Amino acid sequence: MTTLDSGVDSLADVTSSEDRLRRFLLGLPGVDQVGAEARAATLSTRSIKTTAKQYALDLAIQMIDLTTLEGQDTPGKVRALCAKAKRPDPADPTAPQVAAVCVYPDLVATAKRELQGTGINVASVATAFPSGRSSLAIKIQDTKDAVASGADEVDMVIDRGAFLSGRYAMVFDEIAAIREAAGDAHLKVILETGELVTYDNVRRASWLAMLAGADFIKTSTGKVSPAATLPVTLVMLEAVRDYHEATGLHIGVKPAGGIRTAKDAIKYLVTVNETAGPDWLDPELFRFGASSLLNDLLMQRTKLATGHYPGPDYFTLD
Amino acid sequence: MSRFEYAPAPESRAIVDIKSSYGLFVNGQFVEATDGKPFKTVSPASEEVLAEVSEAGPADVDKAVRAARKAFDKVWGPMSGKDRAKYLFRIARLIQERARELAVLESLDNGKPIRESRDVDIPLVAAHFFYYAGWADKLDYAGVGDDPQPWGVAGQVIPWNFPMLMLAWKIAPALAAGNTVVLKPAETTPLTALAFAEICQQADLPPGVVNIVTGAGRTGQALVEHPDVDKVAFTGSTAVGRAIAKSVAGTHKAVTLELGGKAANIVFEDAPIDQTIEGIVNGIFFNQGHVCCAGSRLLVQESVYDEVLARLKRRMGTLRVGDPLDKNTDIGAINSAAQLAKIRELSQIGEDEGAERWSPECELPANGYWFPPTVFTGVSQAHRIAREEIFGPVLSVLTFRTPAEAVEKANNTPFGLSAGIWTEKGSRILWMANQLRAGVVWANTFNRFDPTSPFGGYKESGYGREGGRHGLEAYLAH
Repeated sequence: MTTLDSGVDSLADVTSSEDRLRRFLLGLPGVDQVGAEARAATLSTRSIKTTAKQYALDLAIQMIDLTTLEGQDTPGKVRALCAKAKRPDPADPTAPQVAAVCVYPDLVATAKRELQGTGINVASVATAFPSGRSSLAIKIQDTKDAVASGADEVDMVIDRGAFLSGRYAMVFDEIAAIREAAGDAHLKVILETGELVTYDNVRRASWLAMLAGADFIKTSTGKVSPAATLPVTLVMLEAVRDYHEATGLHIGVKPAGGIRTAKDAIKYLVTVNETAGPDWLDPELFRFGASSLLNDLLMQRTKLATGHYPGPDYFTLD
Repeated sequence: MSRFEYAPAPESRAIVDIKSSYGLFVNGQFVEATDGKPFKTVSPASEEVLAEVSEAGPADVDKAVRAARKAFDKVWGPMSGKDRAKYLFRIARLIQERARELAVLESLDNGKPIRESRDVDIPLVAAHFFYYAGWADKLDYAGVGDDPQPWGVAGQVIPWNFPMLMLAWKIAPALAAGNTVVLKPAETTPLTALAFAEICQQADLPPGVVNIVTGAGRTGQALVEHPDVDKVAFTGSTAVGRAIAKSVAGTHKAVTLELGGKAANIVFEDAPIDQTIEGIVNGIFFNQGHVCCAGSRLLVQESVYDEVLARLKRRMGTLRVGDPLDKNTDIGAINSAAQLAKIRELSQIGEDEGAERWSPECELPANGYWFPPTVFTGVSQAHRIAREEIFGPVLSVLTFRTPAEAVEKANNTPFGLSAGIWTEKGSRILWMANQLRAGVVWANTFNRFDPTSPFGGYKESGYGREGGRHGLEAYLAH
């Protein structure tokens, strides 16, 4: 079991050899599936109303990485998405901006131009997203391309094949190499929890990513089902909380994929609040990887302000 | 950035219609009590008087028992199991239809958070009626021999901690087996039992099959000592259970007693730590700790003691204590002034005996009966808070070194209702479960209930089983 007071030194030690890393990860406390899912279900029953709902809706909007990751993406589509990021609700200038726009590396430059001076970051997926099945050299180049085009944040994928076959050091080294290639860019490490399947794996992969230098740990690419779930996010939030206890460092969490309604987003915020704590209720430390979620948040926001639901046609597609 | 403060989210009271006064439910009708003084039931969260309730004296109890006897002889006893099942299914469906109303009423009268009455108590009540409805026409297959017969009239006395759920545990198997019942709810929580009486009317249950007599100890005594009661079922304190056992000794009556507990919740060093913390919290703070099977003695392996305590305290800091009707409340009000006094007294004794007391910072409402979630560390087997049932949100923490020592300490109590084991090692769970002298042993969970599962105690925790096929057996003569 990791102890709450184990310091930075002891953690540096666990990455000193493949054997130690392996023993550390396998020595992490287990996650009981039934218990973790029951806890997430209980947190889902919190009833967030009136002023609390107002706060949660605005916060959730500010935490969105507005995302398009399709083969059919074009500069036009990305420009439209950037316009939406800047002014999510043209009818209501008080609606806050989102945190970032997330695109493939070749569209980073387009997004960057559109978002100049807005404070909205450009995030780029990299490392042979979404499967990660390529050589390290290509993954590094992919990352460098994204950063050279102006990406503020890099969303990398881990090598799930290596992780599932127990080659933890290989996963670690790859994250560390991408960390270096990303330079000053914020590094989000996608675990693809839908392929890791067990909560024990989610906890180990979370620690592995944090030890290797992740700024954020992220659930999913959005290309594998299931994508983000509340219990998986709960386990990751426990990991960043424990890592903070051990090192004093704050690592962010990003559930991505499958979160479509304001109601769901609020459940995640409740879970953040009661697991990692209020420090994480900040776009610097918690993000939603989503696209359609934004309009539902805006619709609920308008409902709260005016007392009635406008139709979906009153909100822009992108 | 401002903090995420949850705004009040109260469940509406408008759904319940509480009358200013209630009679007794005898022979299918609400009637005035003839020889008792009315008493008031209050909301423990505010001390507001909710209603005036009749006290049944011996003459009233006698009327109820006579009604039950007549119904047993003429209607319910001769009725086919298939037809009894129809009534029970109907009752189960009505409970589901009126679930929200019953949950609000339960939280008002008992003080438990609406999250629990809505998500645990009332769904389990309906589940118990559905489950036993299914048994009513299959008694030959209950494993108690051919053509098992009901006892006749069951006199049932239930406690205030799960008023409606304990009613279901008692009434559903009794009716399924073909008995008729006279039930006495606790004096501080009679309202859901009276709402259940209305449900019996709504379901067209034949008069006299279910009778509800309200009152305190005197009423309960008149009921269990009534010569025409064939079966006594009691859930409550060990002291009262002992008195009941004495009073029925040497009579023809069959008895089941479900009494107190001082359950050990045992945490090994390889436990799934985050779920274990949840299990500890659920074990002792669920229903304000007013749970006979509460995990009130935490036994932690010494090698992980510091970590478990640090995490437990951090988690306790997020518990929300307050208005039971607020949907975000985790811990509600203590059920009565008397119970609050008992919890305070035992907690004081814990301090006086040298244990260290800790509670998170939490603001308690000005009115009503409240006690903060509390943990005592430095407790040893010799302390009274490690031996006596506190029946409140108070956890005593002890340590152990080896599995054998954990078993020894867990069993070193006059009680034996439940126990919990937290470890990732399956073989140890099975070994421990065999060693523990407790009726229910939970592994990597706590306070989970299901109508199909038998429940009951060893030693001073009582005898007989409720729930499942075993619970049915208690209502069949064989």
